Amino acid sequence: MFSINVPRLKSIPKAKNSLGLSIDDYKGAPSTLCGGCGHDSITQAIVEACFELSIVPHQVAKMSGIGCSSKTPGYFLREAHGFNAVHGRMPSVTTGAYLANREMKYLAVSGDGDTGSIGLGQFMHAIRRQLNMVYIVENNGVYGLTKGQFSATADYATTNKKKEKNGWLPIDLVGLALELGASYVARAFSGDKAQLVPLIKGALSHKGFAFLDVLSPCVSFNNHQGSSKSYQHIRDKREAAFDAVDFVPPAKAIELDYQPGMQERVQLFDGSQVLLHKTDHSYDPTDVEKALAYLRQAKAKGEIATGLFYVDSSAEDFHTVYQTTEGPLRNLEEVDLSPGQVVLDKINDALR
Amino acid sequence: MTKPSVNEFVLRIANVNGTGSASANTLVAKTIFRMGVSIGPKNMFPSNIQGLPTWYEIRVSQQGFTGRRGGVDFMVAFNGETLKSDAADVVAGGYILYDSSKFLSDAEKKKDVTYLGVPISDLAVTHFESVPKRIFLQNLIYVGVLARLLHLDQEVLMGLLSDQYAKAKDLLEANRQAIDIGARYCEEHFAYPLSFHVEKRPKPDKILLEGNDALALAALYAGATVCGWYPITPSTSVVEHFTRYCHKYRISAQGKKKFAIVQAEDEIASIGIVLGACWNGARAFTATSGPGISLMSEFFGYAYYAEVPAVIFNIQRCGPSTGMPTRSQQADLLLCAYASHGDTKHILLFPENPTECFELGMQAFDLADQLQTPVFVMSDLELGMNQFLCDPLQLKEGAAINRGKVRRAADLDKSQKPFYRYEDIDGDGIPYRSYPGESGKGAYFTRGSGHDRFGRYTESSELYQENLDRIRAKFEKARSTLPKPRYVEVEEARWLIVAFGSSIEPLREAICGLEEQGILLSLLCLKSFPFHPDCAAILDRYDHIIIVEQNQQGQMRTLMQAEGVLTPTARVHSVLHYSGNPIEAEFLKKHIQHIMGI
Ligand SMILES: Cc1ncc(C[n+]2csc(CCOP(=O)(O)OP(=O)(O)O)c2C)c(N)n1
Ligand code: SF4
Ligand SMILES: [Mg+2]
Repeated sequence: MFSINVPRLKSIPKAKNSLGLSIDDYKGAPSTLCGGCGHDSITQAIVEACFELSIVPHQVAKMSGIGCSSKTPGYFLREAHGFNAVHGRMPSVTTGAYLANREMKYLAVSGDGDTGSIGLGQFMHAIRRQLNMVYIVENNGVYGLTKGQFSATADYATTNKKKEKNGWLPIDLVGLALELGASYVARAFSGDKAQLVPLIKGALSHKGFAFLDVLSPCVSFNNHQGSSKSYQHIRDKREAAFDAVDFVPPAKAIELDYQPGMQERVQLFDGSQVLLHKTDHSYDPTDVEKALAYLRQAKAKGEIATGLFYVDSSAEDFHTVYQTTEGPLRNLEEVDLSPGQVVLDKINDALR
Repeated sequence: MTKPSVNEFVLRIANVNGTGSASANTLVAKTIFRMGVSIGPKNMFPSNIQGLPTWYEIRVSQQGFTGRRGGVDFMVAFNGETLKSDAADVVAGGYILYDSSKFLSDAEKKKDVTYLGVPISDLAVTHFESVPKRIFLQNLIYVGVLARLLHLDQEVLMGLLSDQYAKAKDLLEANRQAIDIGARYCEEHFAYPLSFHVEKRPKPDKILLEGNDALALAALYAGATVCGWYPITPSTSVVEHFTRYCHKYRISAQGKKKFAIVQAEDEIASIGIVLGACWNGARAFTATSGPGISLMSEFFGYAYYAEVPAVIFNIQRCGPSTGMPTRSQQADLLLCAYASHGDTKHILLFPENPTECFELGMQAFDLADQLQTPVFVMSDLELGMNQFLCDPLQLKEGAAINRGKVRRAADLDKSQKPFYRYEDIDGDGIPYRSYPGESGKGAYFTRGSGHDRFGRYTESSELYQENLDRIRAKFEKARSTLPKPRYVEVEEARWLIVAFGSSIEPLREAICGLEEQGILLSLLCLKSFPFHPDCAAILDRYDHIIIVEQNQQGQMRTLMQAEGVLTPTARVHSVLHYSGNPIEAEFLKKHIQHIMGI
């Protein structure tokens, strides 16, 4: 046996974040989705956002339902636990996980089928319960994994790959989230990372229910002419109240050079800020009525509104409202939880 | 049938629901209990809030039989609507107390019983001003009559009443007055006490407790912190009791909650919450009934396959569908044993009284953690919502909560070997789990889709089968760690009765009664599924086996045959009871004798 020492090319050192981790530390297994699928771009945006925020990977719980989109938590944060639930039921599993441990970050990925149809009830109730979580819907207007049926977010009169017309009205998840009281609501496009990454960072820094509807074309079943969820159609019709979004971490927020009128800055719970570069000067992302009106106007004009529509950084989450004890419930020990035989004797006495 | 005598009779009170009769009736039951005599109270109520018939039956037994006997010795026929059918249940020589404010002709009366007419509503109208009082206090008037006729201890009765109205002095006074009116009417019109009545005895060390209350205490003591649930009779009171106990015993020094109880949007979400919490390292449970179990089924398969612990208290009721929601049955056995699609199987526990609800309820949490799988505690309405005379609750000496195989952060971080979620390191089929949020080294992706022993996605037939076979082996090995059956062996008996849950107490009376006639029967009380290895050996010893269960199709028999502990031959017989009402000793005696050809 012999061996040759092959001189290795020294790889260029990758940038490290404040934890000393490189972007590779935020990746997962290689994706098995179709090449060009919008979902993969969202995965990359999540990786970047988590890296740049220096999130400790294992302190995130990755939650998902069933669908191509719901597979993606396998492709990011390999050092985080994941729960790939049953179809449409991710919100309830996340509720339980979050009740057990309030100190983790809950990053959930779902699809428009998973959330808009089978899971619509659970989605709405998770908002109502004010879970402290990030809920991303990778919205392609179809059921990708079951091969191209219309989903409930498919627009009226759009066509599928077989040129059949959709006769039903769409459910707008963003409008629903606003109505139900989600405290961070945005829509983005998988093909625009410059907008998407700061929106994810903002969502991860927000306390309360953060909802992101990310348009994410399905290249295999919904990228044709006649679809309103194709790359081309979204690029053509996208309209934003802001032409750019920046995320400013807490330390930098103090030194921020801010131009009132042109910019809107929104303070988040952890001291960071989302900086919005306005195109429409009257837009106010802290006013839910204006957000709903803006969405309706865009829809009437056939435009696809994107951006951060609404933030309420003073929102309270479930545990604050419920008055749960500090720290994770799951860390409580038997001594904290069992009242012991003395109390049991008293209970017995009352039953004698 | 046992002849009524001192401390040995059946009293039934027929009421209209929503008229405040419940507290008056429990007052009677509790008085007899406090006088040291064994009682078995049963509440038979409609799925309705106001206006339909409801019955409260108290079995009084010197011998300590607290199940239903069958037949009634003393009927308080306080619901005119059901007077006729109520009278039909009264045995010859018995008594019927009725409201004689309305005329009842002799033609309408049964010949072999004594009618005691008390103008209850007239008395209420004469003595009380307000309409609510005139309605509610009628119940206390018949309590007053009963107190004399049955010789209830005045001091005990009044003591209980004072406790009940400790915070409402004016109501206490009105209640006392009503009891007095009834008692005086009795003194003036009837000879009392009756031949069968209550006599004070030295009080045995027993408590009076509902199964649902006991399950709530089990969850409290087992350290459950998360509960997801959706209201459904007869399970609702489990969570109500748990909530009450948590507010009393689980508030931190800072006034914060050491628990989280969420009323979910439906049962699918309830079990989703339980799985999420258990996956994340908490102990969690849900309480439900048949329709809820049906909705939860997809998640049960997930939990079986992904090996997530969960505790489900199934308080069974009459099906199919909504069936008779306020009546009892043991008809979810097949549903729960194999709930969900695919090759699943689940652990079921069968408590027979509230003390066992507490013990098996606590054990359910340990088993779920140790075996990393859902565990069902199979109670029913009869056991859950009625008070049972049972042994005081006792924690097992020195037993601590057992969380099963968990690799915590310290262990993972210093370990040289990588962590694999579904690896069978110890050869018992049980892998190690890790809690999210503790260490990157313990991270894995929990999924219901095909996975190998490393926890990786797979569609390889071999790896898929390997994992599935390990899970089966885990169940097989676990059988001997599940609660053992209770075996009451009678020497020379050639017949064995097999039963479980709420059938046992009336069965005890039936077996004793038959023994007095020289009919010898052994008894096997099942406590768990999959069946404990002891079961098959015991069954083999008998010429004949009678399985008693409260469903139409013989579901336990099917399970025993399917699991190979019993071969379907002519030696196997069934007694099936599915009327929805609690099973009676007389019914059991009759059917057992019939099968035995006696
Ligand atoms: C209870 C149940 N019903 C149906 C399915 C089949 N199924 C798998 S994925 C899917 C649709 C997924 O659509 P979507 O959430 O939009 O995800 P996408 O694949 O488009 O990303 C369906 C119906 C299932 N897994 N479970
Ligand atoms: S089918 Fe569509 S959604 Fe699924 S991976 Fe392919 S492109 Fe993406
Ligand atoms: Mg989709």
